[in-house]
Amino acid sequence: MSPSPASTLSAADLRTSPGRRARSALARWLFLLAAAATVLVSALIIWTVVSEAWTFISQVAFDKLADIGWFPRRGLFDLSTLLVNSAQISLIAMAVAVPSGFGSAVYLSEYAHPRVRRVMKPTLELLASVPSVVLGVFAISFITPSILSPFFSEINFFNKLAAGIAVGLLVIPLIASIAEDALRAVPVSLREASAGLGARKITTSIRVVLPAAMSGLMAATVVGFSRAIGETMVVTIASGGGDTSLFNLSWMESGGTITSAMASLGLGTDQVAGNDLAFQSLYFLGALLFVITLGLNMIGDQIVRRLREKY
Amino acid sequence: MTVLSTPVGIATSAADTLRRRPGADMAGAAFKWLLIGATVFATGFLAVLLGVMIVDGWDVLSGNLVHFLTHGFSQRSATDAGVWQGIIGSLQVALVTGVFAIPIGIATAIYLVEYAEGSRFARLVELNIRNLAGVPSIVYGLLGLAVFVKTLSGFTQGKTVIAGGMTLAAMVLPIVVITSVEALKAVPSSLREAAYGVGATKWEVLSRQVLPAAMSTILTGTVLSLARALGEAAPLILVGAATGFLRFGDANFAETFTGPYTALPVLILNFAQQPGDDWGTNAAAASVVILVLVLMVNGVAIYLRNRFEKQW
Repeated sequence: MSPSPASTLSAADLRTSPGRRARSALARWLFLLAAAATVLVSALIIWTVVSEAWTFISQVAFDKLADIGWFPRRGLFDLSTLLVNSAQISLIAMAVAVPSGFGSAVYLSEYAHPRVRRVMKPTLELLASVPSVVLGVFAISFITPSILSPFFSEINFFNKLAAGIAVGLLVIPLIASIAEDALRAVPVSLREASAGLGARKITTSIRVVLPAAMSGLMAATVVGFSRAIGETMVVTIASGGGDTSLFNLSWMESGGTITSAMASLGLGTDQVAGNDLAFQSLYFLGALLFVITLGLNMIGDQIVRRLREKY
Repeated sequence: MTVLSTPVGIATSAADTLRRRPGADMAGAAFKWLLIGATVFATGFLAVLLGVMIVDGWDVLSGNLVHFLTHGFSQRSATDAGVWQGIIGSLQVALVTGVFAIPIGIATAIYLVEYAEGSRFARLVELNIRNLAGVPSIVYGLLGLAVFVKTLSGFTQGKTVIAGGMTLAAMVLPIVVITSVEALKAVPSSLREAAYGVGATKWEVLSRQVLPAAMSTILTGTVLSLARALGEAAPLILVGAATGFLRFGDANFAETFTGPYTALPVLILNFAQQPGDDWGTNAAAASVVILVLVLMVNGVAIYLRNRFEKQW
């Protein structure tokens, strides 16, 4: 009997060597493990922050959460002080970053020559990598003495206004980059239709392109705000250096934010003395910050999904 | 007066009407210059920043630079203080960050793009990465303090470069994953299909075709993430980078990984918080050093991207 070659070729012959298959299977499991590790990072963040924050919440006397200011080592944890300062500084930052970020986004996507764009885009990326401590130094060595002092003679050396402006400078590249992506996603046909009806460039930009990109612009604002609230070093250097903070509403005075209060507590993690809860308050503030920024980022995501026009 | 009854007359008159009168689009011109102003403000402040720092730090940069770069921190006098330990510490931390963040980040991206696209687990990982990317850096410091410094102290030896690097690795992980995912998605599927067609296993397709093709973009992303780690101070404060005097003694390079350490941005914070103009000069000079370092690393990344960029 001499079977044809085709019939002797079984599935086992086509199957490759066990070693090659094992390597492929092993690789798959390693990749899966890495992906699981990233989820583990989130789980660990939530677990550590929540468990320590819970210790704080369950032990703190609630009337200490509303007092004259933030004095963790004396057991006074007035949250409104930090929340108001965080909000004030972030709003100043947005007042700087939104006009400038949107303006440069519109310029780069609608007006700029491609060659200009090719230079400006990497420059914006480069700006995003400027270390925040450097901007903190910039705030106290330039913004306050050279720009603000001539106009406001009674301004404090450490003040929320300079901190807010510096945070704003830091957030511009982020806002500009998200906004530019949104503007460029608007189809050319809309611009052409508008120009075909005789609209000037300014009319096309303001009445057609900007409204069409509205969801992306709003998302840029929300994400930028979230970044501004989470910014730590600028505020620690320029406004909230001490670990205590008396409640005040003036933007010419110094004031600690959620983040700078955390940094100040961290600078003394070995020597947290005085009140036992000072250390746990660090994690409580972390939980607060985590919830606020996560909430803002999810709102940003939602806006994009809800308002996105289907082209 | 043109005669309107001939076709040519009508056309000329229409062209006159439609022609933009000089100076009529004042609003448009003003708008354009407003936009240019915004762009100049957004990008030009880097030059102002660098200029201010160089002027403020000039006393150190011009007369004392070698001493400044090669000497350690000194509490006693500003003119004795240097940033040597900060530079070494920052590079060590960045090294540890890279060792942890790069393999895990790239592997996660490979899993998401090549193995599990669209599955429920992949969607969970993607959502998780997006959310992690928005978590403020100082929150990673809390994670590092509780997990890497305390729980894993057997491995990290407490407040060391290893704990600091792992903390920053968790922070930059989303950046590495996101850029690697984009790089892998840009590799055309024809490349994979061709490799499968000649009998390669999935691992062979990935390791010999897809990864080499995506590597330049992935490299750019990882280098940018390391630049971010180099400039970050907030989490390091929480996981115990020393802000004050550090004595290395005769510890060799390997031993410094498990001893006390500091980092350049943390030193800048310390300089900035000391009273007196001398310390301000130091803070400015150290800011120039870190700006040069970060801009150099970014330059490398942009060079890599332009040098090896592929068009499919």
